[in-house]
Amino acid sequence: MGDIIAILREHGPLLLVGQYPNGPLGGLAITFVLSVLGVALALPLGIALALARISPFRWAYWPATAVVYLMRGVPLIMLIFWVYFFLPALLGRPVSGFSTMLVTLVIYQAAYLAEIVRAGIESLPKGQTEAARAVGLSYMQTMRKVVLPQALYNMVPSMLSQFVSTIKETSLGYVISVHELTFAANQINSTLLTKPFEVFAILAGIYFVLCFSLTQLARHLERRVSRRRAGQTVGVTPQALATPIPATAE
Amino acid sequence: MNPIDFSVLLRGDYPRMIAQGLATMLELTLVAWVLAMFLGTLIALARMTGNRLAQGGAAVWVEYHQNVPMLVQIFLWYFGIAALLPAGMQVWINRNSGEFIFATVAISLAMSAYVSEDIRGGIRSIPKTQLEAARALGLSYFQSFRRVVLPQALRIALPTLVNHTVLLFKGTALAMTIGVAELTYATREIETQTFKTVEIYLFTTIVYLALSLVIMAAGSVAERRWAVPGR
Repeated sequence: MGDIIAILREHGPLLLVGQYPNGPLGGLAITFVLSVLGVALALPLGIALALARISPFRWAYWPATAVVYLMRGVPLIMLIFWVYFFLPALLGRPVSGFSTMLVTLVIYQAAYLAEIVRAGIESLPKGQTEAARAVGLSYMQTMRKVVLPQALYNMVPSMLSQFVSTIKETSLGYVISVHELTFAANQINSTLLTKPFEVFAILAGIYFVLCFSLTQLARHLERRVSRRRAGQTVGVTPQALATPIPATAE
Repeated sequence: MNPIDFSVLLRGDYPRMIAQGLATMLELTLVAWVLAMFLGTLIALARMTGNRLAQGGAAVWVEYHQNVPMLVQIFLWYFGIAALLPAGMQVWINRNSGEFIFATVAISLAMSAYVSEDIRGGIRSIPKTQLEAARALGLSYFQSFRRVVLPQALRIALPTLVNHTVLLFKGTALAMTIGVAELTYATREIETQTFKTVEIYLFTTIVYLALSLVIMAAGSVAERRWAVPGR
């Protein structure tokens, strides 16, 4: 325990902000920035994919379905390698590790978010769409003004747990030397050499505190949402609405 | 860019490296899956007993493994916990491909948490009256659990179990970071030796995708075959 406190006192700043202000920002700060930007940019893409997945148009359904299955079937680390090698070739200029990781996370998370959004839309009673169409709204208006606002509200807990998954996935930035939290811990480990257990226990502890608090928040919101839905819609069983929180383990 | 030419993968030592990578990947997946299913069931049962100590321990186990990145768990085992072991044991593990052992342990423990939650969810969705009816018919508590509740619970848990099996399979790629020579590791090796990035990446991506789709398809066949009637 004494060792852990000593390491934290000595190397705490590296874990939190990297070499900032004497160097680039890193550590937990970069982990957090990557995760927030990743989910924020993945959400619109995910909604677009979800709409394509439930659309009656084949030209929209097939490509979107292919993308979703590709992302669900290939390890994130392979996707990182693809982006790492081909994004610079595509843009014709060097790309930083941070941008590589961000692009990867956005594509990967968009596929998972698309499945969440799709489930959210499909769990709404059909009467909502029918009523909206009956009062004269177009398909797009129905989606934008009636279906999506409700579906997205119900999906907030699942999206939050997808955010937790994203935080965990940023640890793979280590593989392409993005200066995030896991990378910082490895740096400390190779400086100290003799305290690997302490260093990696600290690393696990930091991720745990961050992710566990967010998971608890997601559970709290989940209960609130399902209570609200149970009160709102008469005749729909609450069990059918309580979707389990999906998670990706990486 | 040059036209794609897969024949480079058949040159020299590469077929052997790929075959070795595939074999290690499958071995890691299978061993970790069996361990995760076994441990996951035990933890789910521990969490449903009346014993508060068992409940609390199982809950902490699940939360830890679900809220720490799998990569960090692998590092903690391979670099951290390995260093705490007695010297004799360290030597033995290093001689018997320690990286494979630690990767298997880390991945199976991490996934056991997800599996236990799936099974627990399945068991909780079976109405209590089922158990009561079985007991009333004269089955013992253990018999009613094994013959009435569990068969239904596992079928209800099947979709999420299949999802998590795919995640476990994809997770084995992380073992490359500690030097396990599985498929992703072999891919990187061949890529640095040949610079035939497109060919080797395409090959590996197709293999992963195909196997994931096989797992998903097997899952939906099983779901249809063993669907609980009337649900």
